[in-house]
Amino acid sequence: MAKKPVTFTLNGAERAAFADEGQNLLDFLRRGVGDLTPKYGCGQGTCGACTVVVDGKTTLSCLVLAETVAGKSVETAAGIAKGNVLHALQEAFMDHFSAQCGYCTPGMLVSAKALLDRNPRPSREEVVEAISGNLCRCTGYEPIIEAVLAASGQRASA
Amino acid sequence: MIPVETYPTLAEAARAMGQGAAFLGGGTILMRDVNAGALPARIVRTTDPALTEIRVGGEAVRLGAGVTMAEILASGELAFLHPVARLIGGPQVRNMGTVGGNLFAPHPYGDFAVALIALGARAVLAGQGGARPVEDIVRDRGRLSGLVAAVEIPRPRGAKDFGFAKVSRVKPKGVSVLSVAALLSREGGRIRGARVAWGAMGAHPLRGAGAERALEGGALDAQTIERAARAAAEGLDPPTDPLATTWYRREVAGVHLRRLLETMERG
Repeated sequence: MAKKPVTFTLNGAERAAFADEGQNLLDFLRRGVGDLTPKYGCGQGTCGACTVVVDGKTTLSCLVLAETVAGKSVETAAGIAKGNVLHALQEAFMDHFSAQCGYCTPGMLVSAKALLDRNPRPSREEVVEAISGNLCRCTGYEPIIEAVLAASGQRASA
Repeated sequence: MIPVETYPTLAEAARAMGQGAAFLGGGTILMRDVNAGALPARIVRTTDPALTEIRVGGEAVRLGAGVTMAEILASGELAFLHPVARLIGGPQVRNMGTVGGNLFAPHPYGDFAVALIALGARAVLAGQGGARPVEDIVRDRGRLSGLVAAVEIPRPRGAKDFGFAKVSRVKPKGVSVLSVAALLSREGGRIRGARVAWGAMGAHPLRGAGAERALEGGALDAQTIERAARAAAEGLDPPTDPLATTWYRREVAGVHLRRLLETMERG
């Protein structure tokens, strides 16, 4: 089985690992690199549980060929907290009970953070749009929307 | 595991096709199949920068096949395509899904192709002279040889000449019960060269001859709209799937065409 070396940046740190030919980025991150935050949900691009950021763009890692991220920057939910200090979004998700089973949460956080990074004070509609590619079957979305709006306020006043 | 071949130019990638090869664009179609266990013998891809080129002209725009929906939305000069690109997938899919890939998206996907067909867009194939109507490419996509390099889209003459609607049960991100696009160029108040295209109303996006005949030569008024709505499903045989039945799609096609045309009439 042919393996290809892939050197890339993961949450700001240079990483290198071997990817199987035809392996998707999600499987590569989880099994090859050991970042377990992106989740395997549908494998079809519908649920968003595998969402990561590649070169600044939210991307479905289950639909990306692992070897194509060579030389690129990949950001996952594992990079959102700085050491032991949680990001305002993570605090807000806890405060608003925005996770129940938690399976969608890393993908939600990645999509929400990508939104706040480009638009620090989004409207409610913009929040709904930003997380529309992430399915949650527990919360009914309202607690998540509330958390993102709260986190945006917190960031502005911090 | 699947052998992956990466070529620096689209021409080289096109020559490498065949022998069970599948071309990888944005990944939102091919990688779904791979994840579902439908493995191609080989994956062919290219890093050709020409594939992501956007060329904006006064009369027409040319989009490389690798241009994503998000890149269309980021270009103010492509505003006439924004109402379409905005309704393709969710944010992540718009960051990945490409213009070229949309021509090959299986039912019920392919809403961007619907708009391209109505706009009279033509597809340029790698290494082949001339351009072919997108509707032909989409119709023949199962047996097409060659790779789409770009699409050339004539700009609608008037901003209000082009309309698009996508009907889905889930908002803001849901797949199509159906989608419909219309290009109604006017000469002296009369519709000339009416083009109507449907998504999810057949095995692939296609022209709506019934509606086009009803619109041709008329003014865009209540009477013409009523005639077009009645003729909407003529000759169309939409599939039954978990979203809607053949009967339902035929039944509501006229309703949604009427709403689209009324919106266009109001301008």
